[in-house]
Amino acid sequence: MDAVIDALPLYWQGFRTTLALTLLSAVIALVLGTVLGGFRVSPVAPLRWFGTTYVELVRNTPLTLVFIFVVFVGPQLGYVPAGFFVPAVIALSVYTAAFVCEAVRSGVNSVGVGQAEAARAVGLTFTQTLRAIILPQAFRTVIPPLINIFIALAKNSSVAGGFFVVELFGLARRLPTTYPADIIPVLIGVGVFYLAITIPAGFLANRVERKVAFAR
Amino acid sequence: MSTVLYDAPGPRARRRALIGSVIGGLVVLGILYLAYRQLDNSGQWAADRWQVFTDPPLGQTAEDVWRSLLVTGLGATLRAAAVSAVVAIVIGVVLAVARMAQPALVRVPVMVIIELFRGLPVVLLMFFGVIALGLPIFSGVVFGLVVYNSAVMAEILRAGIVSLPKGQSEAAYAIGLTRTQTLFTILLPQAVRRMLPTLVSQLVVLLKDTSLGFIIGYAELLRRLQQNTQFFGQRYWFQFFVVGAAIYIAVNFTISRVAVWLERRGTKKAAGGVAAADQAEITGTRATGAEL
Repeated sequence: MDAVIDALPLYWQGFRTTLALTLLSAVIALVLGTVLGGFRVSPVAPLRWFGTTYVELVRNTPLTLVFIFVVFVGPQLGYVPAGFFVPAVIALSVYTAAFVCEAVRSGVNSVGVGQAEAARAVGLTFTQTLRAIILPQAFRTVIPPLINIFIALAKNSSVAGGFFVVELFGLARRLPTTYPADIIPVLIGVGVFYLAITIPAGFLANRVERKVAFAR
Repeated sequence: MSTVLYDAPGPRARRRALIGSVIGGLVVLGILYLAYRQLDNSGQWAADRWQVFTDPPLGQTAEDVWRSLLVTGLGATLRAAAVSAVVAIVIGVVLAVARMAQPALVRVPVMVIIELFRGLPVVLLMFFGVIALGLPIFSGVVFGLVVYNSAVMAEILRAGIVSLPKGQSEAAYAIGLTRTQTLFTILLPQAVRRMLPTLVSQLVVLLKDTSLGFIIGYAELLRRLQQNTQFFGQRYWFQFFVVGAAIYIAVNFTISRVAVWLERRGTKKAAGGVAAADQAEITGTRATGAEL
């Protein structure tokens, strides 16, 4: 227990790095994923194919392999990463964007067909239909799965610890050498910090979901 | 649904769609071309780079390379995934049943355990297994996968049971079945069937997560890729990456197809198939958070 208290400043630093990784990647993935989701419902066929291919490829690739691409393969292709934080953000965003895209797409598809039909019937164009009728409704349905995706992202950011970023998991790999007598409590401490992110976020997702379900 | 977003195109809209398609196609092609150029500039398409798979240097045979990837590497990946999947499903059923038990003394602790294990990164659990519990590396990987996935499987099964119409359990009680009988003979079989697609896609997640073994030093597929590049030289990284990604995508794609096939089959056959499909859609989106 003393070891855990002793290591608190380190924990705090790791926790902040994990948060930074998660939030930054979440924002980038949200933007990238929404654009891709737009591609997937668009009338332009090549964009649709591009979106579908991206999602199918990335979803079936393990995150670790994406990290390998950015960190190990990148330098062979002429991309020399600056430090290890930036490549981690790239890998996490690229990976998470595929799931955001799927959430956006199923959100759009969850809006009743009648809504789009009615919008078409009063003469709205594709863009108008999407902007004024579909997206505002889709937005509500998309929020709970998005929160779940970001919870998974927070957990996934631990992979960065395996690629030289000293966030919570990177810290977990170092602590046992510093506190060889207290390995179990020290590692449980790391777990507690992860739970401090995932459990409140999970409650939030549940609450929002109930609210949205009620509104429907 | 997405086709409702725009009208059946007339001549003008068709022309506009064509122009849009051409421009969109050009943009996509442009991106692909840039990627190709970048690869070309670093000489990735040179034949000798790919010969590492047909006629490798340093006195190795193509068979050695492929054996290290497909037999040793993919073999280790699949072994960890298969063992973990079986154990996780068994423990998942136990947890789901305990989670629905009447006495709060059983229900509440199980609920807490499920929530805790779902909220932890798998790689941390693997690391804990190896470093703190002193498990051998393979068991450590399986430990991490089982702890996390059994919690997820339990939640999937519970969602399936909850989604069943109330009449199922009411009818079971009415003909005099006990709670346990109802759960095991009426509810669980239907829940498993209803959630089968979600359970199968969770297997894809599990398979992908075996790659976390790379980080804690389990010699699975990705580790074999790295060992090959260490042996043949870093300049082969891209080639080994492409082959590794192709192997993963092929395996996962096959499993995903099975999930889709089960879903189609399920909606066609299950009683009240339409309602079941709707429900699976809802619970399915909820489960995706865990599916990353």
